[in-house]
Amino acid sequence: MSPPVPSKILTDDVSLLMVLIDTNPHFWSSIKPHFSFSKFLSHVLAFLNSILLLNQLNQVVVLATGINSCGYVFDSSSGSVSQRAESLLPKLEEFAENDESLSERDDDSGNGVGSSLLSGSLSMALCYIQRVFRSGPLHPQPRILCLHGSPDGPGQYVAIMNSIFSAQRSMVPIDSCVIGIQHSAFLQQASYITGGVYLKPQQLDGLFQYLATVFATDLHSRNFLRLPKPVGVDFRASCFCHKNTIDMGFICSVCLSIFCKHQKKCSTCGSTFGQAKTLDPSASQQR
Amino acid sequence: MADKQQQVVVKRARHKSSVKDPGTPGVLKMTKDRFTFMANDPSSPVKLNVEFRTIKGHKFTKDGTKQALLNLTQDQGGNYIFEFENFPDRNVCKDFVASAIALSGEAGRTVPEKSAVPIQDEQLSAAEMERRIKLLQEDSDLQKLHKQFVIGGILSEAEFWATRKKLLEQNYSRRPKQRVALKNDMWSTKPLADGQIFAEKPAVRQAYLNFVPNKMTEKEFWTKYSRAEYLHSTKNVIAAAAEAAEDEELAVFLKQDDMLVNEARKKIRQVDPTLDMEADEGDDYMHLPIQDHGLPRNDNKDVLDSQYEPYRRSFSQHLNQHAAVVLQGRVIDVELGDTRSVAEALARTKHAELAKDASDVYLDKERLERISRMTEIEDLQAPRDPAVAPLSIKDPRDYFDSQQANAFSTLGDTVSGAKQLKCSVSTREAYCSLKECISEIKFQGLTEPTINSEVAFKVLNGLAQNISSNKYHLGRNPNESILDSLPKITREELLLHWSSIQELLKHFWSSYPITTKYLLTKATKLKDAMSQIYPKLQEIKESVQSDLRHQVSLLVQPMLQALDAAFAHYDADVQNRSARSGERPNGF
Repeated sequence: MSPPVPSKILTDDVSLLMVLIDTNPHFWSSIKPHFSFSKFLSHVLAFLNSILLLNQLNQVVVLATGINSCGYVFDSSSGSVSQRAESLLPKLEEFAENDESLSERDDDSGNGVGSSLLSGSLSMALCYIQRVFRSGPLHPQPRILCLHGSPDGPGQYVAIMNSIFSAQRSMVPIDSCVIGIQHSAFLQQASYITGGVYLKPQQLDGLFQYLATVFATDLHSRNFLRLPKPVGVDFRASCFCHKNTIDMGFICSVCLSIFCKHQKKCSTCGSTFGQAKTLDPSASQQR
Repeated sequence: MADKQQQVVVKRARHKSSVKDPGTPGVLKMTKDRFTFMANDPSSPVKLNVEFRTIKGHKFTKDGTKQALLNLTQDQGGNYIFEFENFPDRNVCKDFVASAIALSGEAGRTVPEKSAVPIQDEQLSAAEMERRIKLLQEDSDLQKLHKQFVIGGILSEAEFWATRKKLLEQNYSRRPKQRVALKNDMWSTKPLADGQIFAEKPAVRQAYLNFVPNKMTEKEFWTKYSRAEYLHSTKNVIAAAAEAAEDEELAVFLKQDDMLVNEARKKIRQVDPTLDMEADEGDDYMHLPIQDHGLPRNDNKDVLDSQYEPYRRSFSQHLNQHAAVVLQGRVIDVELGDTRSVAEALARTKHAELAKDASDVYLDKERLERISRMTEIEDLQAPRDPAVAPLSIKDPRDYFDSQQANAFSTLGDTVSGAKQLKCSVSTREAYCSLKECISEIKFQGLTEPTINSEVAFKVLNGLAQNISSNKYHLGRNPNESILDSLPKITREELLLHWSSIQELLKHFWSSYPITTKYLLTKATKLKDAMSQIYPKLQEIKESVQSDLRHQVSLLVQPMLQALDAAFAHYDADVQNRSARSGERPNGF
């Protein structure tokens, strides 16, 4: 298909969908009895086809989120129409190989499911979108869809928040479809702040139905469609010093960095803090 | 009220023509639609038989004053004053009269309540009455309340307005907002003192300021002006030119008004060229047979020499200028008598406008910028940065809404490491299985069907239920309220009941502690009115649809509670009093 011409016939519902697929192998093997990666892929591929069918000018870009790297796996604006699945799968395989080669040898202990590089793939998606913005006055409306299952890595908090804020500023909504066991605080915050949809499907066999009903909606239609809202948003942050998840801490008043313990100096911006006021008299008595 | 049940009231009374008059003793008999008075003395001429339809209001003296008077007023100004032997008698009659008037007022006419305002003996001025009537006319809710309580006899007029003093004052101090425009008087030949000629023809104004009183008197000025107007009306341009050549002052009136031209130019410059007005057939001026506003075009225009050009005046110009001046209204607020000061004042205002426009350089710049933006040529534009969302302060309500679940910690499987999945497989094996899955699809293709229809159905149901469930949407939008989602009738009823309950409770609680009989009757009346509203509220609760019932009952609950509290207080008070009346046989 030739690259879409920025013509004057772009309608309101032309969209550019960036799909971020979680390819964390630990996660997929841990979830194996319930849901397999192949089933997941078939749902997702059917979904991608339907997006491209909705409008001739729609674009889809797929990124894979590994544990050591992230990469572009599919771009609908390059290559011919009839080879979608064929081009995606080999590239995905290639990516998996590459990711494996980057992992360290002695990491064989089964110590829980690690986190995948969500911050990396978010940043890559946003860079692609910026390039599309600068390509001319007429472009499809971009949005990001995260199909994520791995647990949140508190070490990525700062990077993910930065991507979220830049997405908010560029008015790019981040939708989240969480296929893991637990909710993801980062993605809840991402969808809340950028105005996207957060959904944790109850039945993973029906993933395609969830995708087609909720996540296939373009930005223009969302003005008058009612989409599911999460009951609450988990706004907990990670501290910058130890990367622990905290919900009460100290904040630098200059750069808003979060710390779990009182510090003398902010590690991000270097401003010095004054004396800490003890909140409860028992703590001062301990001294 | 027990008295309402009575059909006839008969009391001894004295009919007085004025307050000071001792009056003729007799018997006053009242029925629902009329009252009659028969003097004791059969020879007395005083015999009255008046229908309540003609009675518009009643006044009475307060309990405890020297005389127990009741004054029934009529529309045309006539009134009937009755003096009673004691206050209870008078009060009985008064109540009866009130209800009779209300009855006949409702049955008789469709005229609004303004004519049925019962007047108290409060030394009300006419202005006050007018204010009240005006307020009632403007505010239909207030009118409803007034009708319900005052006409219904539950509250008295004074009580009703006592709490609304502020409203009355506000109404009073409102001034008329519209300005009076100038008279549309094109053909007047008299030089008007209000300076209309000066407003329309700035050259004449300038000439006036210059010539009078230096070069000529006012009379001479206006004579020349009229001569000029006459010449114009003959449309004889050549003659006009000839006379202008002789008399230079006359020339000023005959030539075209340069100041007008400047003004017009300025106005044109201020027109926004970026305004997108689509032209259609109605805007086609070129092909009309009749031009110049329906006046036949003068074909011999081109024949004239160029020296005569300045003396030509177009009717359409005159019309436009006149219209502009009329619409502008009074530029100067002061009523001036002297023509000269009018001219000077106008000149001053024009100068001020000019000065302001000159200093509006910034406006000009903005306009130019806008023009350049609208008429840009796409190919020549530099790449523009993509649009960004501006910084804004979010509504704190959003945050608290999103935290409501966390407060009850119903996030399902919470994040605090409840179920960390154990991956018992080594990295290498994990990758292997991943790659296997991918190859599986490569060889087998996508599963057919992608999704089981039952599963799809379940998913759709679940989603629909999730989205439509009420609890996620209440309180999200500050502009939406439960009231708006109710059917209109229910909403109106609820609001009406709410405002009536407010009013009743206000008066009810203010009449405690009960020290006089008047307060006691008032409290009883209020309590009865409230107990009438109570079952209506229950009805509303039941009549609403099931999904809104909970919300409506939440709304109605505080109303019922307030009423219950009032009833409880009343009952307790009655009990106390009856317990005490055992000790005090006389008291209440």
